[in-house]
Amino acid sequence: MSTVTSFRPRTRRNVELVLLLLAIAIVLVAYLDVGLAMGGTFPPDLIKYGFGLLFLSVGFHLVLRWRAAYADPLMLPIATLLNGLGLVMIHRLDLAYGRTGSKLLEPKQLMWSALSVLIAAGVIVALRDHRQLRRFTFTAMAVGLGMLLLPLLPVIGRSINGSRIWIGIGPLSLQPAEIAKILLVIFFAGYLVETRDVLSMVGRRFLGIGLPRARDLGPILIAWLASVAVLVFQGDLGMSLLFFGVFVAMLYVATERRSWIAIGLILFCAGSYFANLVIQHVQVRVLLWLDPFGPKALAVSDQLAKGLMGMAQGGLLGSGLGLGHPQLTYFPESDFIIPSFGEELGLVGLFALLLLYVLLVERGLRAALGVRDGFGKLLAVGLSFSFALQCFVVVGGVTRVIPLTGMTMPFLSYGGSSLLANWSLVAILLRISDQSRRPLPDPEELAAASAAHTQVVRLQ
Amino acid sequence: MNKPIRRLSYVVALLFCSLLFSTTWVQFVTAKSIDNLPGNYRTLLNGYSRQRGAILVNGSPIAKSVPIKDRYKFVRTYPSAKLYSQVTGYYSFTYGAGGGLEGSEDSLLSGQSDQLFYRQVLDMLTGKPPSGASLELTINPKAQTAADQALGNQRGAVVALDPKTGAILAMVSHPQYDPGTLASHNLNSVAAAWKALNAAPGNPAVNRAIAGDLYPPGSTFKLVTAAAALSSGKFTESSQIPGPATLALPQSTAHLPTDDRQPCGPGDKTTLTHALEISCNTAFGWLGLDLGGNALRAQAAKFGFGDTLHVPMRVTASSVPPLNAPQSAQAAIGQYDVRVTPLQMAMVSAGIANNGAVMTPYLVKDSRNSSLDIIDQTQPQQLSQAVTPAVAAALTRMMVTVVQSGTGTPAQIPGITVAGKTGTAQLAAGGNPDAWFTSFAPATKPQVAIAVVVENGGNAGSEAYGGAVAGPIARAVMEAVLKP
Repeated sequence: MSTVTSFRPRTRRNVELVLLLLAIAIVLVAYLDVGLAMGGTFPPDLIKYGFGLLFLSVGFHLVLRWRAAYADPLMLPIATLLNGLGLVMIHRLDLAYGRTGSKLLEPKQLMWSALSVLIAAGVIVALRDHRQLRRFTFTAMAVGLGMLLLPLLPVIGRSINGSRIWIGIGPLSLQPAEIAKILLVIFFAGYLVETRDVLSMVGRRFLGIGLPRARDLGPILIAWLASVAVLVFQGDLGMSLLFFGVFVAMLYVATERRSWIAIGLILFCAGSYFANLVIQHVQVRVLLWLDPFGPKALAVSDQLAKGLMGMAQGGLLGSGLGLGHPQLTYFPESDFIIPSFGEELGLVGLFALLLLYVLLVERGLRAALGVRDGFGKLLAVGLSFSFALQCFVVVGGVTRVIPLTGMTMPFLSYGGSSLLANWSLVAILLRISDQSRRPLPDPEELAAASAAHTQVVRLQ
Repeated sequence: MNKPIRRLSYVVALLFCSLLFSTTWVQFVTAKSIDNLPGNYRTLLNGYSRQRGAILVNGSPIAKSVPIKDRYKFVRTYPSAKLYSQVTGYYSFTYGAGGGLEGSEDSLLSGQSDQLFYRQVLDMLTGKPPSGASLELTINPKAQTAADQALGNQRGAVVALDPKTGAILAMVSHPQYDPGTLASHNLNSVAAAWKALNAAPGNPAVNRAIAGDLYPPGSTFKLVTAAAALSSGKFTESSQIPGPATLALPQSTAHLPTDDRQPCGPGDKTTLTHALEISCNTAFGWLGLDLGGNALRAQAAKFGFGDTLHVPMRVTASSVPPLNAPQSAQAAIGQYDVRVTPLQMAMVSAGIANNGAVMTPYLVKDSRNSSLDIIDQTQPQQLSQAVTPAVAAALTRMMVTVVQSGTGTPAQIPGITVAGKTGTAQLAAGGNPDAWFTSFAPATKPQVAIAVVVENGGNAGSEAYGGAVAGPIARAVMEAVLKP
């Protein structure tokens, strides 16, 4: 049976605008809340702040109306809300630490947010079709790997807390791995869409699972070695996990072979086992993970313990913004911003935040389902999954699901490179979702344009 | 490729479910235990930044938090300084809450108890700052002051009970300290005060009434022996029993002498009543042999020996160890390894006064939340039936003779019949004995039961006898309760 489609999807841009205004309203209420709770007065910055936020996000919204009218309507409001709440928390911590002048983090974060939104809008304008990115498959690989390796270079590389994942240029500290993440996903997508047919060939069967041919194992081994290298040389457990996990997931999606997942898991387990045997930095993390309150762990670091105490103090409903003590935790505005929110907004607030992330990932995966080309599918899956995995690594790290690793929570955490990367990531996802929801050219127009005997038919 | 994408979305769902689970685990399931970890600075800060409930005696606070303009917002003060030190305990930023009700009722006072949950939610919704529950005590301030003054500079303890309910009317332990010095926000002076408190002679931080090193009860334990004898059915208060100058102990060469090395009656015989009246060691030693160690232990257990009570502070259990024959003779007069708290001896008197029913002692009358609604009110509870009413009446008559014409005459109150028993417990050869007195009054309609111990004979030193040293203290407290 076949039906002719005459359904025309709605753009949903108005929904986006309403949600965007709601998101801004929530952020402003939170900002007001902090001001009242900590200073007892109406914060005079509120108006300036509100207009800034409104200008930026509505500006982005207009760009979407102009260049990506069918883009997903939820992504921008969610990203705005998360970014805004992160700003509120950073502002709140500025107040708690009594920072002034150039020591203030919130204005810097605001500046980075503005820059990131502008770049994201630039991506929407410049990238008319995500398939353009396929042309840069190997360029993306080269630049991505280069960025991953940058912190290892002398002079500009910086080691902070045992992780060599920073580069310093003048006063700026950047985490190039955040940007490398996107570039490598572009590379994986481009590479896998080319090679998926070969990689999905079955060699021998073992225990009912079709194993790939030995000669096709090359790429996964290289990816594995690269992620092990990241772990060994940079001590960055999180990025290593993220990098390898995204690769395996994309390999699975490209080939539809579960055996890749099995192989990936085995390689991952072997890798982490040996890392724990050999690398001292990893051993410490594992010790802190297993018993953060034990005397042995506390002798090394009470970082995780303090974060957990903050979250526990928050309980179900939290202390309320500005009324807890997140400043007692180390890095409360970057790696430990989730405990900061947990303490002040409670479990309820944390659930809300996590659900926002789930929603964003889900919209990304939906775009992957809807888009018609393989590259777009892989790209959207890779970006969404990397986003999800990063949330898992960060939140799982501070709540003892996995050992703690130094990573930033997308949009919430303080950090320019993280904001830049995640806004760009959302911009690409918006572009793909626009492609996936955009209706095909009108059948009648097409029919009229082409020879009279043809007709575009969609088979159900 | 859509099938694997859908499957991958399940993986994503699984990842986030694990996060929902782990955050719930941290912030809800194990939150309390993390909050209570030692070194959790937030818990301390939170405790300080909310108004801690007051501890009240007759409506006026003996411990209260008052607002102060510093980072901790409230400071704990103790208006009566030393008088209630072991009752309230201390609340210190550095050393936590402990030493008394501050420690044992911390969750109520700090407002973190589950009992206060609904109130806290209401307070949160109405924007009221959260605060802890206040505790109204059963203490009679006149009795407390009288006990404190009568004990004076002597080391020891006084506990007074309402025999009908078990309510604690007075609880004094000497030496005392001022918990206010530990509550100060000047952390250096707090550290110095803490050091001084722990180095102070006589260990003032210990509540001798319930939790010190236990005391040998001396002759006050003869009440338990007499109760066992009367309950056995073999003896009445006028039964003739042997009361020689010395009692030879079986299975050993040891002898048990009377205090004055004289027989307790003509023909080395005495009545049970007279034996108690003059506190005859040989007669009670003989009773111990006759009844056996198990009967003594069983009777003691009925008075509450061996129970770890919470009043709500933890009370160390008093004990009578397993006894062989010569040991049961010694235990019958309160020697050997019989160890008691003053509260336990007060419970013995209170049980006799209350027709044989021992009531569970308690210190907190009720607790109220910030809007003064009663959250919890203590209902008097019977701990055990130690003796039958008939035996209790006989014991009362015997105890009245002790005060009227026996060793307890210093405890007489004009116009009121007092029932009591003295005790003089020799600790070690050469050391001064502990002086004991336990009593209740009025004998016919008891309103107060009391136990007093004065360590090492107090000011009387080696000349100390329970009646002379501890008796007047008991009288002062009983008078304070009975006289308007």
